Amino acid sequence: MRELTELCLSTAKKLGCTYADIRIIKREHQQVSLKSGNVEAISSSENLGFGVRVLKNGAWGFASSRVIAPQKIEEITARAVEIAQASARVKEKDVELAPVDSVVVKVQANCKIDPFTVPIEDKLNLLARVDDRLRSVKGVSVSRAFLTFFKEFRVFASTEGSLIEQEKIESGGGMEAIAVGEGDFQIRSFPNSMGGNVAASGYEFIPSLKLEENAERIAQEAVVLLTAKPCPSGEMDIILDSSQLGLQIHESCGHPTELDRVLGTEASYAGTSFMTPDLLGKLQYGSRHVNIYADATCPGGLGTFAYDDEGAPARCVDLVKEGLFVGYLTSRETARALGIPNSACMRADGWGRMPIIRMTNINLKPGDATLEEILADTKKGLYLITNRSWSIDDKRLNFQFGTEIAYEIEDGKLGAIVKNATYTGMTPQFWNSCDAVANKDYWTLWGLTNCGKGQPSQVMHVGHGASPARFRKVQVGVMKR
Amino acid sequence: MTKEQILEILKTALQASDGDQTEAVLLTEEEELTRFANSIIHQNTMQEDATLIVRVIKGKKIGISSSNVLSREEVEKTVKKASQIASLSPQNQEFVSLPSGKPLVPIDGFVEKTARATPEERAEAVKKLVEMAKPHQIKASGAFSTSVMRLGVANTLGVEAFYETTSASFSTVLLSSTSAGYADRESRDVAQINAEEIAEEAIKRTIDGQNPRLTEVKEMEVVFLPYAVSEMLDYLSYMGLGALSFQEERSFMNDFRGKKVVSEKITLYDDALDLRGFPVPFDFEGQPKKKVYFFEEGIARDVVYDSFTAFKEGKESTGHALPQPNAYGPLPFSLFLKTGDATLEDMIKSTKDGVLITRFWYVRPVHPKLTVITGMTRDGTFKIENGKIVYPLCNMRFTASILETLAGTEMVGKTAKLERGFFGGNLVPALKVKSFRFTGQTTF
Repeated sequence: MRELTELCLSTAKKLGCTYADIRIIKREHQQVSLKSGNVEAISSSENLGFGVRVLKNGAWGFASSRVIAPQKIEEITARAVEIAQASARVKEKDVELAPVDSVVVKVQANCKIDPFTVPIEDKLNLLARVDDRLRSVKGVSVSRAFLTFFKEFRVFASTEGSLIEQEKIESGGGMEAIAVGEGDFQIRSFPNSMGGNVAASGYEFIPSLKLEENAERIAQEAVVLLTAKPCPSGEMDIILDSSQLGLQIHESCGHPTELDRVLGTEASYAGTSFMTPDLLGKLQYGSRHVNIYADATCPGGLGTFAYDDEGAPARCVDLVKEGLFVGYLTSRETARALGIPNSACMRADGWGRMPIIRMTNINLKPGDATLEEILADTKKGLYLITNRSWSIDDKRLNFQFGTEIAYEIEDGKLGAIVKNATYTGMTPQFWNSCDAVANKDYWTLWGLTNCGKGQPSQVMHVGHGASPARFRKVQVGVMKR
Repeated sequence: MTKEQILEILKTALQASDGDQTEAVLLTEEEELTRFANSIIHQNTMQEDATLIVRVIKGKKIGISSSNVLSREEVEKTVKKASQIASLSPQNQEFVSLPSGKPLVPIDGFVEKTARATPEERAEAVKKLVEMAKPHQIKASGAFSTSVMRLGVANTLGVEAFYETTSASFSTVLLSSTSAGYADRESRDVAQINAEEIAEEAIKRTIDGQNPRLTEVKEMEVVFLPYAVSEMLDYLSYMGLGALSFQEERSFMNDFRGKKVVSEKITLYDDALDLRGFPVPFDFEGQPKKKVYFFEEGIARDVVYDSFTAFKEGKESTGHALPQPNAYGPLPFSLFLKTGDATLEDMIKSTKDGVLITRFWYVRPVHPKLTVITGMTRDGTFKIENGKIVYPLCNMRFTASILETLAGTEMVGKTAKLERGFFGGNLVPALKVKSFRFTGQTTF
């Protein structure tokens, strides 16, 4: 491997590049899913290739290919240089990078049981038991149970002398039950929607999902939702469950603190951010209960790594401390532009994409109360569980979320189930209305595998840890009843 | 990769299989994309990739394996893996068969100039747009991509299909200190992409959008530009125009098929053979694309099928299979909304109290069966009063039923614009509707 990376880097130097890096990546993915008693998919995929990023004439060029061979590496490196020269035709100043220490290191995956060695029969047996339980509930029209496994081997080498080999294994799964009524269908997912839950872990993570144990409850909830009353409309106190809060953090804190967005370089697609540099250290983003940090060292997180895709070591940095906006997710280039330390968040979706700033694990620090205490202290409100719908404006201010299920809270107790629950608000007002966060016993780390950003599009795996939290006087029930 | 190389790999895959039936799909893509922001090119990329997907059938057992390593040895390994998975898989009682080969309509979708477009040519176009924006103190951002896609499909029941096509796409978001303006152009032929025309459209929108105001949040008349119409129809198709959602009773079609559900001014269909769109002669099962009507003068008609969902109802595939495996089932990707007789000026003139929406942002389904979506307006939202655009608006949130919105269609544009859809392309006009449900507003 070293010969190939050296060939690329020496070619780039010969062609006059002031900086170059190469990433060679191999990925494997396995998916096993059952749907309503039948196999929906058993599939396996492999993907291999390399990408070369160069700085020439002060501008970036990137080229990539699936064919790993010496001649191709020379050809693609030259192509990246040609592209950089074209970039330099529309520039104002040369790209400058914050320094990073060079390192030669190998990092192995944190995994007890390699999921790719577990027989497919074992996976099918588990899913069949889950699917049977989902379908045992009268009124369920579609059931689905699935497992997903991912393995990646990533080599990074740069003209600054780094050679980093990292391995990563992810395991996850989940289930869904759908019930159909006249003009309506309701869905319940577990442990989360949009792919269940996934962790940087081996197969040992799968039993902890407790799919079988929760299947009948989830199916029953889907059926009950059909005849549940609709979400009330108006302002009320809400408690978000850990998974919904994870997505709220993702959309309203993770994305707006990406410094590339802030500096305008994502304006053409994902948008910009309301969390501008003049507000750093000044904006009261949330109440004193709100402590949000980006932790690429968090065990089991999908945003966990040893080194990012610029070879910078993983870090844990505060974004919001006791409600105050204090930090950004950065790259070498953006950190240098703002004159702040690099938080090492450059990640690429495989070998064919140029790294951009991505979330790592964006977590909410737990509070002191138990969930029961928070509920008991809530006179009237809604407890919203499991995301169903999500949308936020291109500066990350105006958001609206829907959840699969919600419970009324009356005099400190959970009441009736309501359906089609939605809530909406403006980001700083919402986080400033947070007056309680449940303690570490309720804290869950969620793995999201569908975070989209960039042109050409990149999908990233990121993590979010949160305990349930309460927000006062939030607008709920936006859908026409 | 040439046609001959692609067909040779597919042949190797079919020959290596011990399955009762085998399907091999090879998709190759060469994409180059020049991205700019703050009026400089900051990301500039190219990728060449190819993915072979093999589906092996043993009785009613199915195994799927894919790889982008395409040496003979690796192709055989991919086939072997699919075969092993099929052997381990339980029977899928709903599976009937892979589809057989059928005659295909030849389409020439390949434009040499697009395939040969260089980074320098893209940079020149970007430079032109940036320089046109600069005198207005407008920062330019956007992306200009050119790509070549080749698709080969073969199976042991006689399917052998090959198609190659090119695509060029240039979009921009221009930013002044208080506004944003969008424009894009799409074509198979890069020569049809005119940077000056795009710049003029987006600059005007950005200047007109400066110093936006708030307005009362309520249901209002709306004029949608084709950008917004295309995205709204994409979500409608995702939620309810495929056979899987219909068979699982998750589609609005379950309640409305054969009934008048939207305005008689609305005729919506999928036609992947129409050269005005991004044509494709066949789907990922090698089945010929058929024209399918979803609404004919307001009456809900049909959904699209792949072979799996078609066999289930004793029908023929309409040629809308996606790559395997997927959880979505068949979907339409070449939407055409029939044009009417109104100009944009007519639409604005007829609006008493309404909003002009250029495009949407972050649309998501809220209730798929009721076709309720939410999202924001972006890059050009304007208040219309008494037949005139009176001032720009801060971006607005909507939570609205697509069917209810289309039921109130009052005018349909006389010209249509080609827009990129989820996968293919949509040719759609502007629309004027009597009511669209706004539920919030942001501060910019």
